[in-house]
Amino acid sequence: MPFNLLVFASLAYVSILFGVAFFVERRAARGAAGWLRSPLVYTLSLSVYCTAWTFYGAVGYAARSGLEFLTIYLGPTIVFIGWWWVLRKLVRIGRQHRVTSIADLISSRYGKSNLLGVIVTVMCVTAATPYIALQLQSVTLSFGVFASATADGWAKPDGDVTAIWVAAGLAVFTILFGTRNLDANEQHTGVVTAIAIEAVVKLVALVAVGVFVVWGIADGPRDILARIDASDMANWHMKPSRWTGLIFLSAAAVICLPRMFQVLVVENSDERHLATASWAFPLYVLMMSLFVVPIAVVGLELMPAGANPDLFVLTLPLSQGQGSLAMLAFLGGFSSATSMVIVASIALATMVSNHIVMPFWLSLRPARAVPGDVRRLVLLSRRLSIAAILALGYAYYRGSGGSAALAAIGLISFVGVAQILPAMMGGIFWRGATRTGAIWGLCLGFAIWAYTLFFPSFGPDAMLSAQVMADGPFGIAWLRPQALFGVQGMDPLIHALFWSVSLNTVAFCAGSLLTFPNPVERVQGAAFVNVFDAAPANARGWSEQGAAGAEDLLVMAQRILGDDEALGFFEAQAGAQGKSGYLPDPTPLFMEQLERRLAGSVGAATAHAMISQIAGRAAVSVEDLMAVANEAAQIMEYSNKLEEQQDELSRTARQLRDANDKLTQLSVQKDAFLSQISHELRTPMTSIRAFSEILTMGDLPQEMVTKYGRIIHDETKRLTRLLDDLLDLSVLESGTVQLNLDLHNLRTMIDGALQLAGHTRPERSFVIHRDLPGEDVFLRTDSDRLTQVFINLISNARKYCDSDAPELHISVRRKGGRVTVDFIDNGSGIAKDKQALIFEKFARLTDQTKAGGAGLGLAICREVMANLGGTIAYLPGQWGTAFRVTLPLRMDRP
Amino acid sequence: MKRPLFLPPQGYRQRRLRDAARLLPILAGFLFILPMLWGEEASDLRRTGSDGIYLFTVWLVLIIAAALLARRLSGSADVTLPSPPANPAKDKA
Repeated sequence: MPFNLLVFASLAYVSILFGVAFFVERRAARGAAGWLRSPLVYTLSLSVYCTAWTFYGAVGYAARSGLEFLTIYLGPTIVFIGWWWVLRKLVRIGRQHRVTSIADLISSRYGKSNLLGVIVTVMCVTAATPYIALQLQSVTLSFGVFASATADGWAKPDGDVTAIWVAAGLAVFTILFGTRNLDANEQHTGVVTAIAIEAVVKLVALVAVGVFVVWGIADGPRDILARIDASDMANWHMKPSRWTGLIFLSAAAVICLPRMFQVLVVENSDERHLATASWAFPLYVLMMSLFVVPIAVVGLELMPAGANPDLFVLTLPLSQGQGSLAMLAFLGGFSSATSMVIVASIALATMVSNHIVMPFWLSLRPARAVPGDVRRLVLLSRRLSIAAILALGYAYYRGSGGSAALAAIGLISFVGVAQILPAMMGGIFWRGATRTGAIWGLCLGFAIWAYTLFFPSFGPDAMLSAQVMADGPFGIAWLRPQALFGVQGMDPLIHALFWSVSLNTVAFCAGSLLTFPNPVERVQGAAFVNVFDAAPANARGWSEQGAAGAEDLLVMAQRILGDDEALGFFEAQAGAQGKSGYLPDPTPLFMEQLERRLAGSVGAATAHAMISQIAGRAAVSVEDLMAVANEAAQIMEYSNKLEEQQDELSRTARQLRDANDKLTQLSVQKDAFLSQISHELRTPMTSIRAFSEILTMGDLPQEMVTKYGRIIHDETKRLTRLLDDLLDLSVLESGTVQLNLDLHNLRTMIDGALQLAGHTRPERSFVIHRDLPGEDVFLRTDSDRLTQVFINLISNARKYCDSDAPELHISVRRKGGRVTVDFIDNGSGIAKDKQALIFEKFARLTDQTKAGGAGLGLAICREVMANLGGTIAYLPGQWGTAFRVTLPLRMDRP
Repeated sequence: MKRPLFLPPQGYRQRRLRDAARLLPILAGFLFILPMLWGEEASDLRRTGSDGIYLFTVWLVLIIAAALLARRLSGSADVTLPSPPANPAKDKA
């Protein structure tokens, strides 16, 4: 095949990609991305995982190690069908925090630490450079295949020249489409679509070669199976350590590779696409690997011994005279190489510019002054970074001389990026992960990787002397690069993977457990780990105090986002605040949104630093957070106080209402009492007045005078008694009564009471039943008062007992420290509805004339008993009227 | 805010669906590692053909399972669902 045709095909292919990318960018700019942002394109863009190393290398790998090449695809399959665990969270975090690269993710999670950003960037560039060199090499080699296979006059081109042309071409393409603008989300629709087309091309190419091999050369699947069993490949050894180790490694790499992170997280335009990719991407790699073994088997069978199995995909169709199929395969390999290089260099350039160039440039500037067009500066730094990365790859290719050692570099690179895994997983699942822990883990893992795998890969005496390799540094056998700590006989790759990742994890966990995160870290940690929990709060912690001039912010934003974008953003924000014009108030919310917007262009750490410069503060200080917390606490305290006051108020109101009710009641009682007492006083007064009037008229017989005089005397006595009772009651009620406490025998008191009460209705004969031994109790009380109560009860019984043969039972009982005295007669008792009334003043159950008392007796009894520390109560359920007096054995002075 | 202890059937199904989505990669890991266990001791040789058929079959079945799950989950994977327990709040720092 003529060389020119080959070059022409390549150029035509590249210009088609150019056209597609250009067309898509145009459409996206018009806001008509439409189907371009479909899950299909997203899934296909993920195929940058399959590089030239897998396109060509998988066949070679299978030819050498049997089915082991499958591990490189099985790991990602596990990760993708387990998207609900990790990928979903990563994508959500990436979208919510506008993450621009994997270095940005780590840096942002650990308190926007730029040091971490630098570490991750350096690691990624170091690991990716040989990988990019590998792509250049594969393209160069595939050119060489066509040269050597033809005899029409063109010599095999100089590999270096081819490589430099490829590198330069890729740099131009990447710069043109990767850094056309600073997109708010760092998304490159055009590039992604071109990558998707390349994904289709490489799949079609590989499947076409596979179909040709299975049905063209061999005789269908059954024949292929027979050939497999007949070939050397049938007897492959599965080394368990390599099998599991490589599955783990590829699973880690598919998340941690900068280019995978770029297409997976950064370029994701819709989280739902991930659901489709979760099965579609495994399906894609399944199809990519389906024909690898058949091609390898048939290649081993048909190709001359010593042919490079890495190139069977090309050489097999060529040897069968299938020029166009070989051309398709060439384009497939070319696609694999270019897509990887483009995406990787975009991802790496973003990292380099955001985490190394911009912070460096910012640190050169005095604070507050942000002169010049940052936008152009960022773009320029990206373009230079892309060129530098490709130059680095080319230099590596030249330096390593395109040796076969490159073939192993894919896995070495995987182990390098896998060092990010602990910090990343810890960052999104463990709030306790700290910056220091991440730095320790990353540095240690990276160092072990370099020492045990990366440096030895250059061959003896290149980076590490053969003597160090054999005996360890300074002859310390424990530190031999490929037998650390005396662990011998392990596969070097697995050895390096095992030690680097495990010690990395140990250092990461130890560092996190031992150190204390700063406030920004803690805020970010919570925001990342609980990303599904709710809209993020004011995580950035811009407080009102950092009053940046809105104008300064606008000037800066214009330089990063561009004039129109920035003005539009500021106008929308001002509108949201209810202001007209372009200058919103620099509220914390606005500052936070602006920072996020800028973070989408220059990374979280840089955006934070830039706003800090203008806002005049380097970072959120502990004091600020404390102030916010205090403020919140104060507000809470205040509202608690309000609540308390409210409670107190309602309590007081209730008390007032109760008091008012009581007062009203008392007023009613007082009125009733007054009307009662005036009635009580009026009755005797009326008769006294009437009779004394008659007496003053004179001319009365002597007996009449005597009679009327007695009536007046009796009524006066009654009045006096009434007044005495009232006086007594008022003294008792006020509690100011004088008590003469002494020891007295209960029996003597009852004896005295019976004797005195005998004057009441002496004509009635009353049978008294007493319990004399029980009455023999000594009480410490006021005997006069208690006797008064007894007299009252006994006279009441004498007065009101309506039995024909009246009886009175007096029983005494001791219970604990108290004595009860029951007075029970055999009358008809007191009706239930009246029982509550009898202790009230002026309560009389029968009409007044019959009773002859003022109705204060029982009221006085109740007050007396209350003063003596006891009670008096009506005892229902007996055979007659019954009262129970309860009083303490020993009464103490109140 | 307290989450209800028991869910209505629809919510219950969604939860179990997510459980299935979480279990699938574990099953996948197990099935992919399984070939290490057989035949290694009996003979030193692997039979590339049969191993390959096994691996590709398992692979395809897992992809189909993932596709079925993804189709039913993608409806519920929206923002509207409050805090799926993918991040249990056990690690309160």
